Amino acid sequence: MLADKDRIFRNIYGFHDSGLDAARRRGAWDGTKYFIDKGHDWIINEVKGSGLRGRGGAGFPTGLKWSFMPKNDPRPSYLIVNADESEPGSCKDREILRNDPQVLIEGMLLASFAMRAHTCFIYFRGEYIRERERFQRSVDEAYAARLIGKNNIHGWDLDIVVHHGAGAYICGEETAMIESIEGKKGQPRLKPPFPAGCGLYGAPTTVNNVESIAVVGEILRRGGGWFSALGKPNNTGTKLFQISGHVNNPCVVEEEMGIPLRELIERHCGGVRGGWDNLLAVIPGGSSVPCITADVCQDITMDFDALSKAKSGLGTAAVIVMDKSTDIIKAISRISYFYKHESCGQCTPCREGCGWMWRVMERMVKGEARKSEIDMLWDVSKQVEGHTICALGDAAAWPVQGLIRNFRNVMEQRIEDYAKAHAEAAE
Amino acid sequence: MAVRRLHPDQPSSFAFTPENVAWIQETVAKYPPGKQASAVIPVLWRAQEQHGGWLPEPAIRLVAELLDMAYIRVYEVATFYTMFQLAPVGSVAHIQVCGTTPCMLRGSLDLIEACKRRINPDPHHLSADGKFSWEEVECLGSCANAPMVQIWKDTYEDLTPELLERVIDTFAAGGTPKPGSQTGRTASCPAGAATSLKDPALYDGSSIGAWKRRFADLEAAASQLAGTAPADKPKG
Repeated sequence: MLADKDRIFRNIYGFHDSGLDAARRRGAWDGTKYFIDKGHDWIINEVKGSGLRGRGGAGFPTGLKWSFMPKNDPRPSYLIVNADESEPGSCKDREILRNDPQVLIEGMLLASFAMRAHTCFIYFRGEYIRERERFQRSVDEAYAARLIGKNNIHGWDLDIVVHHGAGAYICGEETAMIESIEGKKGQPRLKPPFPAGCGLYGAPTTVNNVESIAVVGEILRRGGGWFSALGKPNNTGTKLFQISGHVNNPCVVEEEMGIPLRELIERHCGGVRGGWDNLLAVIPGGSSVPCITADVCQDITMDFDALSKAKSGLGTAAVIVMDKSTDIIKAISRISYFYKHESCGQCTPCREGCGWMWRVMERMVKGEARKSEIDMLWDVSKQVEGHTICALGDAAAWPVQGLIRNFRNVMEQRIEDYAKAHAEAAE
Repeated sequence: MAVRRLHPDQPSSFAFTPENVAWIQETVAKYPPGKQASAVIPVLWRAQEQHGGWLPEPAIRLVAELLDMAYIRVYEVATFYTMFQLAPVGSVAHIQVCGTTPCMLRGSLDLIEACKRRINPDPHHLSADGKFSWEEVECLGSCANAPMVQIWKDTYEDLTPELLERVIDTFAAGGTPKPGSQTGRTASCPAGAATSLKDPALYDGSSIGAWKRRFADLEAAASQLAGTAPADKPKG
């Protein structure tokens, strides 16, 4: 288990004051000026050396992403912090935003400096209204203490603009977020050009998840080597895990990357409801990743590589636990409805395919289908996956594929039961 | 995608209050010159708040004028983003029940039944007295406190149908229920007791300055190699 002294987020539950003085006592803003004086490249190299992979779901190396920003460009550079946490199951950034805001603001300054940005946007999901109001007060507090702003004590001018959306999941996709900040519908852009070349207002832009930015201060204080010694090779550091569904005590908790799933659930969540043997399946990384069955859960570790080898993914580390009372087809169908609702409508395979998959899934819930339609559903999911501008099409296809791969017998049984019940009714 | 259209009955006009006009000017100034369209979501949101929780058509028209945008551009923003309510909502509370899988697994369907019983069988329709309305929404990002609802700015978490009815009762009686967990949990801490963050040394300030040792050690090693005295001591 991760020792308390190695936890980066020391106030995620809000047991302590979220204000600046208390945050400083917990270690925030300690040594920031020294790190900035070390220079842009030193910070990027330290983050590279930490092995930090983006915490928003895709797991792209953060330091490498930063190094794509141009060094001598007449245009302004922008950092956008993605606080549009909307992936079903995910609720970690919320705790940073409302309870540990100064850790994030410090990270925003350090990351903006590393990428030579003087303006940093933070995009809140529209529903996080109280979180946004509270964060704005924390930003004001940091301005008043001259930690950020013009002519601040760190010697790097930085303005932080707190922006928000209004209930569109797709705005968590980086180019949709850029469109949304520009005042448009959140419809993703084609890449290339990548945001580092042409992003917000046509200027170099990097979009990072809240957690990725918030860990930077502590990485610099304790060294990339400290962070990379935690976890597993290529899956380093600590991670906020969010466990929801059928566990005795759902929670958000910071743990080491690569912690065994069973240990995570039993140590922090009081176990699966009804005991470990009552486990049916787990969605380990937010709604978009395929579910894994109980026998896989037995030994799996929670990291990018182990989960992708198990044909799933770490995503945002949002663990949705389902016990044997769950109607797994209904649970996945509700996810299909989510993606149908959230498709931006731009690409035909996603716009039409998400609705089609949901409608067929609703028939599968009842068993009102033919067994051959399971194969057809698989085929259609494959036609959606990989054929859209952004990853929402993939995200809609994977849960359905995970269901068919792991629970085809349940789907077939449902179809047989329905046919039998209706044959009897017809007699 | 969701099909969303403007309500057939619209007020004839809309105007921002003087306080909101001043707020809009401040908000537009946060964005670079010429990029005032960036303020469209915050300004529409302010219009909705001023108009009792829903966005009327004349407000869309006015925002387009204020931000120098084509009407269709603002119209498509208002219809694309589902937090913009295009029909009147309950005057006391509009209850947004999260129905996505993590909440569904912990009983959001029962919360929806409670809303149907207490408010109206159909979402987006007012209760008989006009004070309440409800809808099912997609994941609200409080999954470790599921099931939950959002009412205006606040969330009410760890609900059962009975606890939700209690929240509704408090609103109906003219009160404001205490937001957050309705079972007394603190944020997303495990119920019962925290399993982490118990070391008092995290909170007594004893870790401040500890980072300097790493750099001092590095410099000492470097100066030993070079045979010179350490320079550039971290001051922090």
